[in-house]
Amino acid sequence: MTSYRIQGATGEWEVVIGLEVHAQVTSNAKLFSGASTAFGAEPNTQVSLVDAAMPGMLPVPNRECIRQAVRTGMAIDAEINKYSRFDRKNYFYADLPQGYQISQLYHPIVGEGQLLIEADEKAGIPEDKVIGIERIHVEQDAGKLMHDQHPTMSYVDLNRSGVALMEIVSKPDMRSPAEAGAYVRKLRAILRYVGSCDGNMEEGSMRADVNVSVRKPGEEFGTRTETKNVNSVRFVMQVIEYEANRQVDVLENGGTVDQETRLFDPNTGTTRTMRSKEDAHDYRYFPDPDLLPLELEDSFLDECRASLPELPDAKRARYENELGLTPYNARELTAEVETFARFETLLGVAAAKIGKPEAKVATQVANWALSVAPGVVKSLGEEADMANATAEAQAAILAMQDKGEISGGQAKEIYEIVLKTGRDPEEIADSEGLKQVSDTGAIETAIDEILANNEDKVEQYRGGKDKLFGFFVGQTMKAMQGKANPAVVNQILKDKLG
Amino acid sequence: MSVTREEVAKIASLARIKMGDAELDTMVPELNNILDWVEQLGEVDCSGVEPMTAVIPNSLRLRDDVVDAIPETAGGRREDVLANAPAAEHGFFGVPKVIE
Repeated sequence: MTSYRIQGATGEWEVVIGLEVHAQVTSNAKLFSGASTAFGAEPNTQVSLVDAAMPGMLPVPNRECIRQAVRTGMAIDAEINKYSRFDRKNYFYADLPQGYQISQLYHPIVGEGQLLIEADEKAGIPEDKVIGIERIHVEQDAGKLMHDQHPTMSYVDLNRSGVALMEIVSKPDMRSPAEAGAYVRKLRAILRYVGSCDGNMEEGSMRADVNVSVRKPGEEFGTRTETKNVNSVRFVMQVIEYEANRQVDVLENGGTVDQETRLFDPNTGTTRTMRSKEDAHDYRYFPDPDLLPLELEDSFLDECRASLPELPDAKRARYENELGLTPYNARELTAEVETFARFETLLGVAAAKIGKPEAKVATQVANWALSVAPGVVKSLGEEADMANATAEAQAAILAMQDKGEISGGQAKEIYEIVLKTGRDPEEIADSEGLKQVSDTGAIETAIDEILANNEDKVEQYRGGKDKLFGFFVGQTMKAMQGKANPAVVNQILKDKLG
Repeated sequence: MSVTREEVAKIASLARIKMGDAELDTMVPELNNILDWVEQLGEVDCSGVEPMTAVIPNSLRLRDDVVDAIPETAGGRREDVLANAPAAEHGFFGVPKVIE
């Protein structure tokens, strides 16, 4: 087993990583008010008096946000706490009108769970690994500050203030940038399968605080730093790489790592200390007196469980075991919600069109969906109109191919025309002459001629030079302008060459 | 339980309450009196008594996930929200620059 190590002057160092992922809960309204959560609205137009912390306003939790947190917890095999509570985390900042964030420190809604990251030799993950999850709690998001709009002022937009977040805290179980990247990708996939977060990292729906420390293998954990608000998988990996090397440098030069909060600069790929007052972390948490404890009924939990879809691990296993797909195809197809949704639609339509069970055509459909079809789309570039990429059209092409009416090459040519024009695949095959000849008579005539012209090679073949078979196939296909059904060609050649 | 002068000064500063020496002189003993008074509760033996969060049995009410269902807790009232702002520009709150 290979493992990720930093080579220092004093030997090898191991990296220890824990991630706190903030995921925006998919809901129409905010966590404690009726204001909308829609992205991109005019500033301060989605702010209620609750979100602006006007005196006398009381928070009332949004049931859907609670439900999504519970469903997410169930999706990572976590313990769901039927009793949880909200606490106030007190600090002053211009994006936090209440002067405190409502969060869950002492009694989070979701307890310990876990998540599996899959072996990926190429990415540097030699074997499957289970990453522990410490907890998930629900909390409010803050507003947004803009610093570049005015010479002396910062502008505050509270539209995001009070939107529900789930904070998903991992255990310090990761040991390389690759593992951390795989963890974030897997977590994102689960959230998107469940539908509890849209996983859009660019719009800030998911961001990570990255905890990194280093140690000599086998020793106690070192002091960690926390790099805040990292908003892409690539950046998470860069932060770890940079921080681990920086800490090794500090330690090997006789220094000590300060436990501190750092900021990542995507332009330089480096992190730097966030200047902060020494009291900044004294949050004086206490139970929020505006909110009673949250107690969940069994019926609520049952409904949450019943509403869960098939999750990535189960789907991948089913693709391998029941559909007979390769582990690679199963992993690729289940990685994203859109990918498996398209695949499953196409598989259903294609199986019906071909008239065989799904398991019998799954491999063909998977290869089409993962490699053939994307290849055609890519080669066409702007010319491809994806509105024409219907499951019906693709299934029709796959069905013709299954029957041996068209070759793989012809399937691509037909799909090209479909994408450009939206014409019917069967009509294209007929009118453009994109069909294989399976007519044994025509093929036989061509073969007879080739064998007659190559008597020397026929003799060598019969004398044991098996490799020449390919030559005869090639010649036949050439004579038939590539349109002969290869299976028929092989059969006739075998018969004739005896 | 008691608090020191330093602790009171620190809590005041965290809460952004300005407190001079004279005020601390009176505040520290006052707070300690209050703490002593509340501490009397510790004399009651409440072992075996379940903790109570409210006098009347009550459970947390939840709201449905509907945007702007109730006018009092709805968005779309920027003028109200910005009405008390010391500075409001282009629909934003304006605050002294908070980045170095």
